[in-house]
Amino acid sequence: MCLAVPLKLIEIDGNNAVGESLGMRRPLRVDFIEEPKLGDYVIVHAGFAIERLPEKQALEDLESWEELRDVL
Amino acid sequence: MSFDAGRILEAMAALPLGRVQLMEVCGTHTMSIARSGLKSVLPENVKLLSGPGCPVCVTPAEQIDAVLELAMEKDVILTSYGDMLRVPGSRPGDSLLRRKALGARVEIVYSPIDAVELARKHPDRQVVFLGVGFETTAPGTAAAVLTAQEQGVKNFSLWSMLKTVEPALRALIAQEDFAVDGFLCPGHVATIIGAEGFRFLPEEYGLPAVVGGFETEDILTALYLLLKQLAEGEPKLQNAYPRAVSREGNRLAQRMLQRCFEAREDSWRGLGRIPGSGLGLREEFSAFDAQKRFSVSASSEPAPTACRCGEVICGRLSPEGCPLFGKRCTPEDPVGPCMVSSEGACAAAYKYQQG
Repeated sequence: MCLAVPLKLIEIDGNNAVGESLGMRRPLRVDFIEEPKLGDYVIVHAGFAIERLPEKQALEDLESWEELRDVL
Repeated sequence: MSFDAGRILEAMAALPLGRVQLMEVCGTHTMSIARSGLKSVLPENVKLLSGPGCPVCVTPAEQIDAVLELAMEKDVILTSYGDMLRVPGSRPGDSLLRRKALGARVEIVYSPIDAVELARKHPDRQVVFLGVGFETTAPGTAAAVLTAQEQGVKNFSLWSMLKTVEPALRALIAQEDFAVDGFLCPGHVATIIGAEGFRFLPEEYGLPAVVGGFETEDILTALYLLLKQLAEGEPKLQNAYPRAVSREGNRLAQRMLQRCFEAREDSWRGLGRIPGSGLGLREEFSAFDAQKRFSVSASSEPAPTACRCGEVICGRLSPEGCPLFGKRCTPEDPVGPCMVSSEGACAAAYKYQQG
């Protein structure tokens, strides 16, 4: 439940958004992100973005997830 | 420069320290540590313990019993995260999954918002969301209640078993046999409450506290900082996850939490009743409070079982130290919640088989 993969925001409509990462798309809510913008990377927890991540670090995290996916 | 785990491990081993016990207080940390095999490469004098940070694991049997009764109420659709379904109550083998087989309607949701949606689609049913988790999960749960209120979804309600981390850590520290030398603080709880939320550990108890992320590098860095603090005899608060954690935390999420919930006494597996450790809906949202809407009560004193999850959660017993571990209690046929949850210490130890 706590697993939080960074997602890139690709659609925003009010508090509803769509995020994408590792080829997967997910609906999410952005109530807790100040002025969310397309292309922002966010950490998502149980369907809610809980924080914005700097892009460089989000990409590094995603790289680790990609490696993990290979072994899981 | 790339991260060099070998050098950090060498630096850890070089610190002038005797036996040290560090506790991680997040189920995701527990699982990351197990998956990475970190325990087997850490210096021998460093022992990692799992604390009360797995939401499902800290929920006591009597609360699960109440939820199992709720599932049998006419017209109720019970919704929760997948982990909750297999958690046994006080009677062996009794879980939401079993109740589902007996005819109860139980649905797994990914987000509390999904439960509100389900309620909209089934206006003739009562959709109850079982809220478990800590400060990370609570703001989204609050937002779901507000959404239901705004959209007039009156057949949605929340059964809150949400908890907060600080009172549990204080209760743990107050225990007579408390023997933890420093805390790896939960990164995503800190994302919400801010790194400052853990300052009480060094300031009031003289205990090192480092907020850590979830990649192996993050965890290793945080553990090194804890050991360094211990070696230098200077307990303080450090944030080793600054990319996601600020000093003050996420104010919008905090505001949401404050708006919907108030602190109340709550029961924890292994720790008992702790004042102010639970989050209940405020009076103005009582129409959405499942604990008020349904008159379900379970026995307050469930029969004791041989399961020792309560001690595992408090770091007093390693999963392998429980006589049921891997024998009567396995992920396929769990006796206690620590073996059920993907974040549980027993499930992690069983899956990755290490000391």
